[in-house]
Amino acid sequence: MHELSIIQSVVDTVRESARSHGFIRVNKVKLVVGKLTMALPDSLQFAFEALAVDEMFKDAALEIEEKELCCLCTCCQSRFQVNDDYNFICPQCGQGQVDVITGRELYIDYFEGDEG
Amino acid sequence: MAKVNMQSNILGANELLARKNRSAFKESRVLAVNLMSSPGSGKTTILERTIEKLGDKLNLGVIEGDLYTDQDARRIEKKGVRVVQINTEGTCHLDAGMVGKAYETLSAAQLDLIFIENVGNLVCPAEFDLGEDFRAVVMSTAEGNDKVLKYPLIFREARVVLVNKIDLLDYTDFSLDKFKDDLKQVNPSALTFMVSARTGMGIDQWSEFLLREVRNKAV
Repeated sequence: MHELSIIQSVVDTVRESARSHGFIRVNKVKLVVGKLTMALPDSLQFAFEALAVDEMFKDAALEIEEKELCCLCTCCQSRFQVNDDYNFICPQCGQGQVDVITGRELYIDYFEGDEG
Repeated sequence: MAKVNMQSNILGANELLARKNRSAFKESRVLAVNLMSSPGSGKTTILERTIEKLGDKLNLGVIEGDLYTDQDARRIEKKGVRVVQINTEGTCHLDAGMVGKAYETLSAAQLDLIFIENVGNLVCPAEFDLGEDFRAVVMSTAEGNDKVLKYPLIFREARVVLVNKIDLLDYTDFSLDKFKDDLKQVNPSALTFMVSARTGMGIDQWSEFLLREVRNKAV
């Protein structure tokens, strides 16, 4: 559901930046989305098609890079990937105090377009 | 074709406002609790019971988030505490801007504890920092066992999980052991309270915990 407000914010931010860089058209927007965020890539694509419709975004494509969920154990310092079972317990030492290193990303990486 | 690198946090605007709320809460020494759950799990009834326990000990305020209607705010108002309704008009979560604005009308009241009752939804509210001191997630036995692993972000980032409708345990297939195992792997440091807002079971322990947290913050 909140994918719509996420994409609205992306479109607004990119439009403003594109204008300030003298772009007349945006061809591609690249997002990085971590797997622990609850933003679904399909819903983001759908929202982009629905919201990025004005002249600036007419033929723009949205590319989404998904980041795996990876943690660092604060006890034994080992790094491990958390899969779809969402088990955050360190497989090395069995301890649960772990920091999420990747998987919480939700940012605009870059955009491409044509200058006027 | 030209390229512009941005590395721009999409929720950056919200996070900025959340920081502002957090410092406003800190300055007025009010403990802010973001209460989240799916619809119908019993957030408002838990609040009613909690207000009955703490109302004469603390100055309480409630920010009520709902898509539409002020039904929940009316219920809370009857308990004699200050309440502000936010209607999100279709938006599925509260954001820091809405909460900041609502708090403006409460901030003069010298509150000790403020509950922010989020929109009933286990997905979207998890992404939005409101500036709260901690998040408490309510889940009820009637919802089934799959919630913790289906919605890991909200449970991962909760400090407290309240298992409500514990009086119905024998009438459901809900397994407390499975729930504890799942929560242990998603968020081993979460505190859990088994409660029934209907019978009042467990509300004392939850209220005492809140009282301790309020005192810790006031120091």
